[in-house]
Amino acid sequence: MSGKKIIIIGGGPAGLEAASHLARQNYQVTILEKESETGGHIKNDMTLFPDFADAQEVRKGLSDRANHPNIELKTGICINELVQEGNQWRIKSDNNEAITGDAVLLATGFEPFDARRKEELGYGIYNNIITSVDFETKLKEGKILTTEGNIPQRIAFLNCVGSRDEKTGNNYCSRVCCVNGVKLAISFKELYPAAEAYFFYIDMRMNGQQYEELYRTSQEKYGVTYIRGRISEAAATFDHKIQLKSEDTLAGLPLKLTVDMLVLLVGIESSKSTRLLAGQNNIRGNYGFAESLGVNRNDYQTTKEGLFLAGTCKRPLSFQETIADAGAAAIQIMDYLEKVK
Amino acid sequence: MEIKKQYWNEYQKEIAQDDYFYERSCIRQTFFPGSEATFLNILRDELGKKIVDDPKIHTCTGIGYHSDIVPFDTTMTICARLFSLMNGAGLKNYVPSCVTSFGIFNEVLDTWKHYPEELEKTRVNLRKATGREFEVPDNIAHPSDIIYNFRKQLKLKMKYQLVNRKTGKPLKVVEHIGCHYSKIFAEKSIGGAEFPHVLAGMIEEWGGEVVDYPERRHCCGFGFRNYLVMANRGYSVANSKKKFESMKPYKPDFILTNCPGCAMFMDRWQYTIAEMEGTTYDENGKGIPVLTYEEMTGMLLGYNPWDIGMQVHQVQTESILDKIGIDYNPQDKYVGVSGMFLGEPEKPTNLVV
Repeated sequence: MSGKKIIIIGGGPAGLEAASHLARQNYQVTILEKESETGGHIKNDMTLFPDFADAQEVRKGLSDRANHPNIELKTGICINELVQEGNQWRIKSDNNEAITGDAVLLATGFEPFDARRKEELGYGIYNNIITSVDFETKLKEGKILTTEGNIPQRIAFLNCVGSRDEKTGNNYCSRVCCVNGVKLAISFKELYPAAEAYFFYIDMRMNGQQYEELYRTSQEKYGVTYIRGRISEAAATFDHKIQLKSEDTLAGLPLKLTVDMLVLLVGIESSKSTRLLAGQNNIRGNYGFAESLGVNRNDYQTTKEGLFLAGTCKRPLSFQETIADAGAAAIQIMDYLEKVK
Repeated sequence: MEIKKQYWNEYQKEIAQDDYFYERSCIRQTFFPGSEATFLNILRDELGKKIVDDPKIHTCTGIGYHSDIVPFDTTMTICARLFSLMNGAGLKNYVPSCVTSFGIFNEVLDTWKHYPEELEKTRVNLRKATGREFEVPDNIAHPSDIIYNFRKQLKLKMKYQLVNRKTGKPLKVVEHIGCHYSKIFAEKSIGGAEFPHVLAGMIEEWGGEVVDYPERRHCCGFGFRNYLVMANRGYSVANSKKKFESMKPYKPDFILTNCPGCAMFMDRWQYTIAEMEGTTYDENGKGIPVLTYEEMTGMLLGYNPWDIGMQVHQVQTESILDKIGIDYNPQDKYVGVSGMFLGEPEKPTNLVV
C-alpha cells in the first residue's frame, strides 16, 4: 500500500476505469458517486456502438474490475465543495461529510441536452416525440411503441439537437450522436424491418473505426433514408402523428414529412457537478466543461496541483475514448503522487 | 401542458399598467373598422385607464420598409417623430395597434440599443426635418398584451363566455399570432414565438379551448410583397390555404388573431379560395369566422356586434354569436350610425353568407 489516497468524483466509466488501474497499483481510492449505482449513462444503454456490444455486460465488467479491496465506493453522495489545502484536497458533501485525499480525479461526466430547450421540436409537449435517451430505455424494454401502443410505421431521427447550434449556445459538435443515431436506426429496423426510418443530419461525422461501415450498412442492409437538413418544426397532427418541416439541402427543396415518432438525438453538455467543481477551482472552460493544461500539452492535469480530469467532464467523448482517457489519467496521477512523495 | 407553462413563464415582459399613447394602424381602420375604437372603449370605460388617441399620428413605414421601398434611416426618423408625439402628450408608454408597427418599434429600439450612433443620427435627422426632439418610451406593449394583462379583470365584467350555449362545451378557437409580434423578438412577447400565450391566455381565461394544429406557426400569407405584388398573390393564398387545410379537421368555431394582415387575409382569402375552387373549411360552406381580439373581447363584454364592426367580415360571424347566445338584431346589421340602411354587400358565388 502506497499510503496515498485518491478521491475520484464520479462513478461512471471514467471513474471506475481509473479507480481499477490505481487500486491495482496499491493506491487507496475512494469513489464518490451521486447516484445509487455506478456506471453513469451506460446504465441506460442497450448496446454500444459501433459493434453493438451488450452495454450491461460492459458495465458489469467495469464494476467487477472496480470491485477491489483498495477501492471504497460511496454512492448517493453529492459533492458541493472541492478545495485544495496545502498538498491535500478536501471535499465536502451535501450532508457535510468531509473527505480528504492526496489527489482528486474529476470524472463527473456529462448531461444529455435538455430537448425542451428546442421549443420548436415539441419535446414534452406532443406525444411520440422522444429523445435518444428515451429511445434507449424503450430498446432495453424490448419494444418501441407509440403512446397509442402501436408499432411506428415511419420514424425519423434528428441529429444535432443541442449541438452545433448557436441558438442553444452550444456551437460544438457532440461527436457521438451521428454514430449513436445510426446504431439506434439499425436497432429500430432490426425490430421492425417493414417500418421506414428517416435520418435528418447536417453532416455525418463518422470519424471512428467501423463508423463509416456502420453508416453504409444502415443504408444498404437496413434501408435507412438519410436527408441532409435540420427540422425546423415538429407538430402533432389530428391523427396523433408528427408533422415535420425541413429542407432537403441536397435537393434544395423544402420538405414536409409525417411520421409516427420523432427521435431527437440529443447532444452532450457539461454536467452540473463539473460546472460547480471546475468553477470552484478556476478550471471551468468553454461551455462549462473542465479545462486541462491543454489537449496537446497534458490533457489530464489541471492548473491546480493534484487535480486531474478524465472522460466527458472535459468534452464529448465516446465510451471507448473515455476508457482510454481514464487509463491515461490514472498514469498521470501515479506519476504525480510519486513526485510528491 | 406543464412544459408550455414553463415556456410561458420564461417569456414574460413588463406591461405598463396605465397612461398609454395609442398609435392607430394604417390599415386596420379599413379592414376591421370597429376594432380600434373597441379597444379604446374597453380601456377607458371598462378598465378606467388613460389612453391618448392622437389624430396627428402617421405611418411607422412598416409595410414600405418590409417591401424594401423605405430605407431604415427613414423608418427610424419616422418612428422618432411618433415618439416625439408621445412625449408631447406627456406619456411614456407606447401602444402601437399594428403588429407590424410593434415589430418595427422593437427593431428600431434594439438597433439604437446596440448602435447608439444610430440613435444620435436619428435625433439629428428628426431635428433637421421637423425641428422636433424625442425620448424613447419607457414601455412598448401591443394592445393584445394589455388585454391579456387585464384578462382576469375583464372577465368579471363579461356577459358571455366562449362556451357553446346549447352544448355547454368550450368553443374551439384557433389562435394566430402575427409573425412580427413574437418571431423577431420572442422576449418582447407573452409566451414566446413557438407557443405564444397572448391570445391563448385570453381564450382559456374566458372559457374557450385553444386548437393546436400542425400549421399553427405558419404565416397567414400576407407577407407584404407576397400580397402587394400582384404576381405573388397566389403564393399568399397558398400559405393561407395550407393553414386552413391543417386546422379544418379540428372543426374550429373561429380564428382569433392579433395582427391586421392576419385577420384580413385569413378572412378574405377564404372567400377567394371558395370562389377559385369551391372549397370552404367548415361543414356548411360558410367558412371559419375570423375575429380580432378586440372584437372577441367586446363581444363577450356584451357590446352590440354591429357597433364593433363584426358585419365587416367576409366570413360571416353570426355562427359565433348564435353559438354563444349573444343577443343581437339581424335587422341592424347594415344600419349605419345615422340609422340609415347602408345596403347589403353583393353575395359571393360559393361562400355561403
